[in-house]
Amino acid sequence: MKSSVITFPGSNCDRDMDVALKKFGFKNKMVWHADTELPKSDLVVLPGGFSYGDYLRCGSMASKSNIMHSVINFANSGGMVMGICNGFQILVETGLVPGVLLRNKYLEFICKNVFVKINDKQNKYFKNVDTKVLEFHIAHNEGNYFCTNDQLKEIEDNNLIAIKYCDENGKIEEQYNPNGSIKNIAGVFNKKKNVLGMMPHPERMIDTSLSGEDGSLFFKNLINNLR
Amino acid sequence: MIVNEQVALDHGLKKDEYAKICNLLKRTPNITELGIFSAMWNEHCSYKSSRLHLKKLPTKGKKVIQGPGENAGVIDIEDNDAIVFKIESHNHPSFIEPYQGAATGVGGIMRDVFTMGARPIANLNSIHFGSPQHKKTKNLLRGVVHGIGGYGNCMGVPTIAGQTSFDSSYNGNILVNAMTLGLVKKDKIFYSKAAGLNKPVIYVGSKTGRDGIHGASMASASFDDKIEEKKPTVQVGDPFTEKLLLEACLELMSGDSIIAIQDMGAAGLTSSSIEMASKGSLGVEINLNKVPCRESMMTPYEIMLSESQERMLIILENGKEEQAKKIFDKWNLDFAIIGKTTKSKKIELYFNQEKVADIPVNTLVENSPMYDRKWKKAKLPKKNNIKKQDIKHFKVIEVLKKILANPNVCCKEWIWQQYDHTVMGDTIQKPGGDAGVVRVHGTDKAVAATVDSSAVYCWAHPLTGGKQVVCESFRNLISVGAKPIAITNCLNFGSPENEENMGEFVECVHGIGEASEYLNFPVVSGNVSFYNQTKNLGIKPTPAIGGVGLIKDYKKMITMEFKEIDNLVLVIGKTEGHLDQSLFARNILDEKNGPPPEVNLFNEKNNGETLLKLIDNNLIKSAHDVSLGGIITAVAKMCIKGKKGILIKKPKYLINETEYLFAEDQGRYITEINKKDFKKVADILNKNAVHFDELGTIQENELYINDKTKVTIDELTTSNKNWLKNYMSK
Repeated sequence: MKSSVITFPGSNCDRDMDVALKKFGFKNKMVWHADTELPKSDLVVLPGGFSYGDYLRCGSMASKSNIMHSVINFANSGGMVMGICNGFQILVETGLVPGVLLRNKYLEFICKNVFVKINDKQNKYFKNVDTKVLEFHIAHNEGNYFCTNDQLKEIEDNNLIAIKYCDENGKIEEQYNPNGSIKNIAGVFNKKKNVLGMMPHPERMIDTSLSGEDGSLFFKNLINNLR
Repeated sequence: MIVNEQVALDHGLKKDEYAKICNLLKRTPNITELGIFSAMWNEHCSYKSSRLHLKKLPTKGKKVIQGPGENAGVIDIEDNDAIVFKIESHNHPSFIEPYQGAATGVGGIMRDVFTMGARPIANLNSIHFGSPQHKKTKNLLRGVVHGIGGYGNCMGVPTIAGQTSFDSSYNGNILVNAMTLGLVKKDKIFYSKAAGLNKPVIYVGSKTGRDGIHGASMASASFDDKIEEKKPTVQVGDPFTEKLLLEACLELMSGDSIIAIQDMGAAGLTSSSIEMASKGSLGVEINLNKVPCRESMMTPYEIMLSESQERMLIILENGKEEQAKKIFDKWNLDFAIIGKTTKSKKIELYFNQEKVADIPVNTLVENSPMYDRKWKKAKLPKKNNIKKQDIKHFKVIEVLKKILANPNVCCKEWIWQQYDHTVMGDTIQKPGGDAGVVRVHGTDKAVAATVDSSAVYCWAHPLTGGKQVVCESFRNLISVGAKPIAITNCLNFGSPENEENMGEFVECVHGIGEASEYLNFPVVSGNVSFYNQTKNLGIKPTPAIGGVGLIKDYKKMITMEFKEIDNLVLVIGKTEGHLDQSLFARNILDEKNGPPPEVNLFNEKNNGETLLKLIDNNLIKSAHDVSLGGIITAVAKMCIKGKKGILIKKPKYLINETEYLFAEDQGRYITEINKKDFKKVADILNKNAVHFDELGTIQENELYINDKTKVTIDELTTSNKNWLKNYMSK
């Protein structure tokens, strides 16, 4: 399986994602934002970080990068595109996934482990994951997911919510919502579910010495689903 | 502008210093030259009051590749890997403008590290605020934490450990010390020594603006009522540009075109160009019209003294300019050839075809003033006679809960959750433990780092306090299973012109030197921050020590949380019952006098090294050093983190229970071992003449003392976790 990780000026989880993808069997290439052509890929990842210093709005300038034209075409033709954290922010700025990401409710950066409940398994990202709840890790300042009532209806009608913040048993309540996201949303799909944007960083959970191993579960499953 | 003595005084120079300048130049300096002298000769850049004493610190060792004198210290961690590290203060700017002050402190120290070719892999910080009741404290704390996070998070470097304290002596002068560790291959370290004639001098990074002019001079003066007016001397940081600068520099460094490189930190272009020339015994000629400026009509004076951030000065091999420029173009950074090296041994500046400065480099560096300031020796205070009946009536559990909720002991999660501590995917011990630990990427090795200070002990007796801080750093590294290698120090003191403050400095440095020599824990880098005082009120002497150690097999790392029920808990090291200057004496008995706990360097070394042996033999399940609040506080924290209880039995001793549980004697650790290993452990401890007590057994949910007093771990957790969160949300 071939993957590509896009590096924007200010990306800082690009290496971590490269390490994770390779660990679970992807042949990964790093792609520079100013390039125009995407290498042949089974998966494209927009990594976390502070692309363009988060100036103007998080993800806004990166969404207009050269390479993003190719990424958007790739997504529109059904290619798998995953945006993590700042990558999610870039995805909402391109319009590939619905909604926006506001500043965290308590106006502070949050770095900690959280639990998320998988809301939908009819997609290549979470199909066959052998559990309902994953322990993931977040590190962000602008992860407060928001959308209009109409958008929310559309998202829910089409089952586009990927994961929601919850407790270790999968209970979804406001107290388990770290950033004020509407409906505890931690990640969403596009309509065809080939594009996933999410705030948590699975690439930081890939061995027992780190924050946990549920990221390993996620990547192992993902590469199997793509095979 | 005409230069005279008054103008020199306004620049923070003293009368005799101005006379010396005129004498050295054999003429009156012009305003640009005077600005350069004032920047190079202030306390912050010249170390004029501290140099004499810093020379006495042990700086050499088998593992030391580079000691003080470079951008940062470098130590060997084997297999051609080296760690570059340093700590630096940004106290004055952080008090004036907490967000930018703290942010640029973090930016500056990271630049010091990647200037040497190392990729930063961990950040730490030591921050100190006034009393929680003081009206400024909350906003300063919030601003500083946001600033540290804002810069470090954007750079993508994990902040893995730190220290926060509150004390009314910081009401008018907070302390913000930032430390960075970087990883480099031993054969790819870059230095700041210029070499070769007619080599191009290159400016890269951000453009030069009018921010931070005289920042270093501001940091070399006391505060008065007009500090608000000093806001323009605080630099403004842009972590995004620094991230680009980091990547561009490392890309250029992978080749062989750099002769010397130096970041523009305090005193900007002035100190960077002069230091490189001085180290290489060369001259430098710069055309100031070539310096990329952010604002129009900037004068030579402003260009030379600007402290705009995210800039570097490089001396390149001839013919490599195009190749280097391509890299900086790729990262959208300014790149300008602004001058060349010369044999004149002078710094010569041109602006609009006119020579605007012409100063022999040695007058600025070797001839800079050095003072042997008067200082007063501190007497060891008399021991308090705390009587048994005075402390008998205290209920241990009630006192313990109070101590766990003390601002200097409580859980600092509110702070470190705002720092990205997991980016780079190698953080294997997060903040909240004895030391932060990161793996050396792609290897079995890990590096542990800690930053510590004990202002109360240093205030009570500077010599003992200085020794104690180094020992505490040593202990924190050992507690996570790391072999201590070297330290960096950030020496925060009041005015060197005050005999008592100067005495505190001299004796703390003496203590640091003595301990680091004995423990084979040399000082490889550091920074001095004097004039931490408002009007005549100085801070408590606060040397902060950043320690670094190596874990050869990261799977052997130790954490502090209790692991398993029925395991035995031992106290390693002897408890004499020293209560003076302990948290118990100061905060519960309200007794602020008396000497700090004695430091016995032999025990410190022997206990620590023996514990490392036990760890190496896989006999230790968890460990934590005993510090503020004594044995019971250390044990309670291990219970809280492990969500387990303990049944404590006080050993049969002459001292009473309160003394045993709350005393702050040094050189002690709490350790958890498996019952079946007891004999092996006891043998090793006995063979090495290390005193130990059997403290108790791990059990579920509750902390019992002698079967009679008990408290649930949930209750202790609430005491420990809530104070800071509640304080900041009020």
